[in-house]
Amino acid sequence: MSAMHGHASPLPLVLSDVWFATGPARARVTILHGISLALEAGPRTVILGPNGAGKSVLLRLCHGLLRPSAGTIAWRGRRNARRPDAMVFQRPVMLRRSVRGNVEYGLKLAGIGRAERRRIAGERLEAVGLAHLAGRAARRLSGGEQQRVALARAWALDPEVLFLDEPTANLDPTATRMVEAIVLAMHKAGTKIVMTTHDLGQAHRLADEILFMHRGRIVERAPAAEFFAAPKSPEAAAFIRGELPV
Amino acid sequence: MPERDALSTAVALIAGADPALWSIVGLSLAVSLSAVVFASLIGLPIGAALALFRFPGRGALVTLFNGMMGLPPVVVGLVVYLLLSRAGPLGDLGILFTPGAMVIAQTLLIFPIIAALARQTIEDAWHEYEEQIRSLGATPRRSIPTLLWDTRFSLATAVLAGLGRASAEVGAVMIVGGNIEGLTRVMTTSIALETSKGDLPLALGLGIVLIALIVLINALAHAMKAVAQARYG
Repeated sequence: MSAMHGHASPLPLVLSDVWFATGPARARVTILHGISLALEAGPRTVILGPNGAGKSVLLRLCHGLLRPSAGTIAWRGRRNARRPDAMVFQRPVMLRRSVRGNVEYGLKLAGIGRAERRRIAGERLEAVGLAHLAGRAARRLSGGEQQRVALARAWALDPEVLFLDEPTANLDPTATRMVEAIVLAMHKAGTKIVMTTHDLGQAHRLADEILFMHRGRIVERAPAAEFFAAPKSPEAAAFIRGELPV
Repeated sequence: MPERDALSTAVALIAGADPALWSIVGLSLAVSLSAVVFASLIGLPIGAALALFRFPGRGALVTLFNGMMGLPPVVVGLVVYLLLSRAGPLGDLGILFTPGAMVIAQTLLIFPIIAALARQTIEDAWHEYEEQIRSLGATPRRSIPTLLWDTRFSLATAVLAGLGRASAEVGAVMIVGGNIEGLTRVMTTSIALETSKGDLPLALGLGIVLIALIVLINALAHAMKAVAQARYG
């Protein structure tokens, strides 16, 4: 269960001199250049930066989908047997089954029994406002609805940390607001939020703190209000003025 | 015109439920459906393994199975004949010129088709699903049932492609079955034989049934995909 249940957190997640390079040996491309940072429990962290800054790769490394080329990533808090983190992607992949079946899938992998799965899925679908679509084929839903199913599916696992990779990049403003409201609700329920975006408005609305990335490096880290009022780095200032290509 | 007579007699044979004709049709279906079951049991796991696991020689195997989709039935028949003949390594089984031998030959003929089509289908699905289902906690091994289930309609069309191929081939069943009347005579071998004997009505009647079956199989495959697409996206 989440932090609101009052047990010790697996956070901080500590990255020490993390490098990531990809491609064949002759045409190696370095995406991340020696990133060191600690993600602490609590504030909503928004990783902001132009396209190609390395935000998505950083998130995938944190979530364990990629391995660093060099450096270490470790949970330094207290861990139990459960996986502490879940992720929501820019383009949600719906399994070819019902909405409920999608939300139950991760629970099934975790070995949770049928009745319990059904109960949790029902609660989470209620929380994202899709209980009435539980029996529908997930792939037939709209993009915004699919992203809310993806959020319910991640939330069903009761993650300590939720990584979100540009979750509203393909959505219209209404669907975007709904996704943002769910993210805020999850945070309120005790889940640490780590989200990438290149959308300044969204960063304003959701961020407690900003991690500003540019060209594979973390250029600046600051509380959101401070970052937007007085960015310390010239890159961040240019980005806020809309002068860095997004 | 004898051809017209042949056609009307053929239709009469079909409509009149001629026992000789329908026993041949029955045996054809029994042999080919059995072969499809065995070929699916072999081909689907091979396809899934080739799609999901990376190992040395994988590329060669993928190429091999793709190439084996076009295996010449007579050559498959010859190989199975050599294996099952009295002097062959499996000669002791004594099943040459039985329906069992025909099932083995057709299984060998079509399992590469099912494996290759399944490999493509599952690999495409894996590209789409990998990050998402790993994120939800699936290991590659645990992903297999998920992917098989999620691609079930495409896989069913792969299986039906195998069935179409099995029921249409002559060469393999001719060689290992021997075309023995009442025992190993199937639609395709009967058509070949009856035509050369000049019994055009029976040949034509069987031909009509065979084509109808193959059209039905393909229509079924198409309809299933269309319905699945509409219902599950």
